[in-house]
Amino acid sequence: MSRSETSASPRRRWGWRTVDIVVASVLAAAFGVLFAAWNNLVYPTISAPLASSPAAPLIAGVWLMPAVVGGLVVRKPGAALFTEVVASTISMFFGSAWGLAVFMSGVWQGLGAELVFALLFYRRWGFVPAILAGAGAGLAMGLYEATVSSIAPYAWDWKVVYVLCAVATGTVVAGVLGYVLVRALARTGALAPFAAGRTQGEI
Amino acid sequence: MTLLQTSLTVNTAAPLARRDALVKLGAALVPALALLGSVDPVSAGIVLTAAVLSVPAWGVRWSGLLRRAWPLALAVVMVTAGNAVFTDRKGGAELIDAGPVLITTDSVAIGLAAGVRIAAIALPGVLAVLTIDPVDLADSLVRHLKVPARFAYGSLAAFRLAPIMAAEWDVLGRARRARGFGGDRNPVTAVQVFAGRVFALLVGAVRRGTALAVAMDARGFDASATRTSARYRPIDRGDVAMLAGSFVLTAVAVTLAVVTGAWNPVISSG
Amino acid sequence: MGRTLRGARVSLRSWGWRYAGRRAWACRGVDLDIEAGERVLLMGGSGAGKSTLLRGVAGLLDPETAAETEGEILVDGQPAEAARDRIGMLQQDPETSLVMSRSGDDVAFGLENAGVPADEIWPRVDAALAQVGFGYGRDRPTAALSGGEQQRLALAGALVRRPSVLVLDEPTANLDPPGRTTVLGTLERALDEAGSTLLIVEHRVDEVVELVDRVVVLAPGGGVADDGAPGDVFARRGRDLERDGVWVPAPWGRPPPAYRPGPGGDPLLAANEVSVTYPHTERAALHEADLTVRRGEAVVVTGANGSGKSTLAMVLAGLLRPDTGAARLLDSPATPLHAWRARDLCRRVGTVFQEPEHQFVTRTARQELLIGPKRAGIDRDAAARRADDLLARLRLDRLAEANPFTLSGGEKRRLSVAAVLATAPDLLILDEPTFGQDARTWSELLQLCVDLRDEGAALVAVTHDETFADALGDRRVEVADGKLSP
Repeated sequence: MSRSETSASPRRRWGWRTVDIVVASVLAAAFGVLFAAWNNLVYPTISAPLASSPAAPLIAGVWLMPAVVGGLVVRKPGAALFTEVVASTISMFFGSAWGLAVFMSGVWQGLGAELVFALLFYRRWGFVPAILAGAGAGLAMGLYEATVSSIAPYAWDWKVVYVLCAVATGTVVAGVLGYVLVRALARTGALAPFAAGRTQGEI
Repeated sequence: MTLLQTSLTVNTAAPLARRDALVKLGAALVPALALLGSVDPVSAGIVLTAAVLSVPAWGVRWSGLLRRAWPLALAVVMVTAGNAVFTDRKGGAELIDAGPVLITTDSVAIGLAAGVRIAAIALPGVLAVLTIDPVDLADSLVRHLKVPARFAYGSLAAFRLAPIMAAEWDVLGRARRARGFGGDRNPVTAVQVFAGRVFALLVGAVRRGTALAVAMDARGFDASATRTSARYRPIDRGDVAMLAGSFVLTAVAVTLAVVTGAWNPVISSG
Repeated sequence: MGRTLRGARVSLRSWGWRYAGRRAWACRGVDLDIEAGERVLLMGGSGAGKSTLLRGVAGLLDPETAAETEGEILVDGQPAEAARDRIGMLQQDPETSLVMSRSGDDVAFGLENAGVPADEIWPRVDAALAQVGFGYGRDRPTAALSGGEQQRLALAGALVRRPSVLVLDEPTANLDPPGRTTVLGTLERALDEAGSTLLIVEHRVDEVVELVDRVVVLAPGGGVADDGAPGDVFARRGRDLERDGVWVPAPWGRPPPAYRPGPGGDPLLAANEVSVTYPHTERAALHEADLTVRRGEAVVVTGANGSGKSTLAMVLAGLLRPDTGAARLLDSPATPLHAWRARDLCRRVGTVFQEPEHQFVTRTARQELLIGPKRAGIDRDAAARRADDLLARLRLDRLAEANPFTLSGGEKRRLSVAAVLATAPDLLILDEPTFGQDARTWSELLQLCVDLRDEGAALVAVTHDETFADALGDRRVEVADGKLSP
């Protein structure tokens, strides 16, 4: 009774295994820890002086990484959104001064990346999809901040600058760095339970 | 240096602290959503005042709250300043005119409104989160919002690992120092070292997640049987009253803002 | 409850499993019959497929991760995947076995998953907690438990589901000696009571050999190399097993190496009145600790988990800033070690962490050995020569270009030690260096430490490993409640 490489059935391809859920969550928790570090240590010293200027999003790219990394590792519908939301929830529980605002931002940012993966029918997980997803998350973050959240009273031209900064940071920090990070994770062998960890040659 | 602030003492028997987890979040979310619709000092001021007055009822000490929320105070200042500079409402008397930077009484007013609004949106959520046990939240999400149990408890299990990973973050910093890295003035090296530390944390996270998934499946987490719940906390009258109170407060805040003419919808405020 | 024999029969029929992305089979051609209620210790060298086999019996191998499979595993005639609810499993690290933040909730988790009605859950949880001798109430936070207590709780979480087969993958590897003793004692009582079939993998064979009545040895290439009563198997194959790095218990194994005193020398390191209290804790982790270490001397630091011995090691290594007092090198006493620049520190003080992966900073094994000297400003050619020497000495030369994270546990340990030695430090701080290591790596580590000491280095090793401590320690320091007693 022997069989070779099987092509995954649709249920297998779309359905979440426990390892998908838990690894996405633990990755999110790791990012939540980073966010907490950022909130409590980095934010007051480095980013507060920039906060609420149109350049503020340039240092906010770290917030968008869970969506891209979660999507690229788990490769299931909802993975980007789920990872980003869990990361923001965990940072909300462990030392964020922002309360639910963090959660709401997480939902939008996750949706931005999720939408890109959905438009690619959850079939493409390479470099270009990664930077598009990062850009999508950045765009969602920028639009959310500019329309309803912290910079709503800005003049419209400053809002455009703000949104462009958000897209740029999403593309570079979440997209490029996220992709590089997942590739490096795959090389450690830690991603063996995932398709993302099996794309290289046999060793 | 501990990363995560987990050791806040909360009197869990306080009238608002002992409410259902989802109810607490809902009660914090209602005014937050309403405030997202407008930038004005009246609605935001009323919600913020109510939130501040309610602090004792959450069983949270002032000192603990301050320790947790001080970055918020800082952010309020920054949001106020940023909006005062970058808004296009530059009516009223000129206060500062330094080339591109023009600050007027109107722009300061709108900046202050934006600052107070951020605090009013955040503070109720901070209070709710401070008093919520994640287990209760997962239970409540599954029971009352019909969130799939696999996702609720899968992410709950990851919650348990957050403090462990925070401790690991410290260890990773020491391990880097032992190899000769850290304390660099050169920003490029500093970023590289930070990135390496993040990477090591994530490798550990994936390995832990994989082991945890096996442990959970070994206890039947992916079984097809209908899951039961060992803990049941029904929504009681106090929960209903809390939600109702939150709705009433929000309605009063919005109505007063509209009646006084302060209501300033965000979509057209740009 | 649990009076009747409820063990199940486990049969493997020419079973094999090859992971996707791997050319070699993890496990192949295994034929094995385990009778109901039998207690089997599974052995084999590193990479013989023990863990894969355990997961296969537990029905937890994900077909998605397989490139190829063969044969079948049956539990009482049923395929293992279909018999999942009859099997309880325990893994190495209790931190990644527990799900909930309250002890009682965690034990209840497996019953909730099985759809047990809510009113039956709590009596069963209480019974399981009593069965493993869990001394606290249901509300005890799992984070407040020691490793041994956590593993007992995890055992309760498995037993509460009344498994017919218990599958244990190195259940005591992460525990300190008292934790190991309580977990194994608890396990023995639970097995006597429940009559479950037991399949266990354990590094430290001497501690479980009393518990089992059969030993199965997996051959590295596939199949079963030996099978029988523990005494017979060890008498027949003790030598082969030792060569594969397996710990063979006395009287069949080699006796532990004898202690030889180090040469000694001038004092090199002195810690004076060092106190550390972590934020958000009441008690001092370390209280006014004094310690002097000489060149050519190995000091062994022992003590229970949480006693403060790791904190002491971190202060001695200059990696943790104490609240009061300081550790200094006596030949450059002006600056306390914690205030040294990292690149200077790594030239004089080498620290080996318990978890090798924490120390890796590059992409290949060779780079790991070159980057420290580069940071420390050591001559490039000299560093390269030393790197090659160390790689050869620690049997890593063939892995020079491998990604450090992909190495086996023993290889990672050897690489992390080699990377620290690359900058030729004259003070070495080792935190649980032998943790989880097989017998071969263990002996190599010991020999390396002895050699370094004989060459004049000062060593401080924090360890639970009594055999290692006896063989290496010129002096022993006991830490209890943050206080040192020489």
